Amino acid sequence: MTTTVPTKTAALALGDDALVLSHRLGEWMGHAPVLEEEVALANIALDLLGQARVLLSMAGDEDDLAYLREERAFRNVQLVEQPNGDFAHTIVRQLYFSTYQHLLYDRLAATDGPFAGLAAKAVKEVAYHRDHAEQWTLRLGDGTEDSHERTRVAVDALWRFTGEMFQPVDGVDVDWAELETAWLEQVSQVLRRATLTVPEGPRSGAWSAGAGRQGLHTEPFGRMLAEMQHLHRSHPGASW
Amino acid sequence: MTNTDWPLWEVFVRSRRGLSHTHAGSLHAPDAEFALRNARDLYTRRGEGVSIWVVPAAAITASSPDEKDPFFEPAADKPYRHPTFYDIPEGVKHL
Repeated sequence: MTTTVPTKTAALALGDDALVLSHRLGEWMGHAPVLEEEVALANIALDLLGQARVLLSMAGDEDDLAYLREERAFRNVQLVEQPNGDFAHTIVRQLYFSTYQHLLYDRLAATDGPFAGLAAKAVKEVAYHRDHAEQWTLRLGDGTEDSHERTRVAVDALWRFTGEMFQPVDGVDVDWAELETAWLEQVSQVLRRATLTVPEGPRSGAWSAGAGRQGLHTEPFGRMLAEMQHLHRSHPGASW
Repeated sequence: MTNTDWPLWEVFVRSRRGLSHTHAGSLHAPDAEFALRNARDLYTRRGEGVSIWVVPAAAITASSPDEKDPFFEPAADKPYRHPTFYDIPEGVKHL
């Protein structure tokens, strides 16, 4: 099988999304609010890492791609590189991203493109991630005054990173406008059920994020990469 | 900080080829929905085709160890109470 250039570009974008979010979730280990939640976050991180491995392998050598690329060569959306913050912040980031990933993989699984196989397998995992995020959004938003306020802050703060997910990715054959409409509708529904307000701020254009796919990232990402890549760069070429 | 008290739940799992739900362990969860999800992560590794029951530990009434003798004794010394004198035909399963 020959892997065409658009397929590689797309595999890199989707693979970087999964890799970076997986790493962020890994940072929760030992710090989650309760043991059961720690297991859940670790499970989600492991699922995402598995997806990242398949996708990055489609684009080249998975280890080289993960550990030897500079920040400017990563193609993930800026949403997934955002720091964990408090638990509400992490959950809202999960809600925004897993809803997107679920809709995207669901559609990709129905195509006969190069991602159909991976998407068909991963869509079940992602459906669980989404369910987990929705359940927690409902409980936090409609929980105590404090949990509602923290979730509201997270919903607003991350909103400007959500438009970027619907920039068409070369090599991913889906209807992006339709995907965005579905995402907005479903996320709004969850937020309203959680007694939260759907933000009115911009999701794309000026005053919003949106250049992760072009290799421009937010400031915390560089530090995340430094930690992630440290050992590999200290001992290049070693086998583990 | 006010901390919500997460009650204890008992978890029963029926494996894909299993015939009955077996007690697998316990966990803490804020409600039944999360107890199910946590049980899936902790006890089934998300294997397909399994069934999970979660029960609040408070809903389970257990026999008391102190009453063990009066509770179980009468049955043990009366062999005619046990259906052990029948020949079981070959081919009878699940007995």
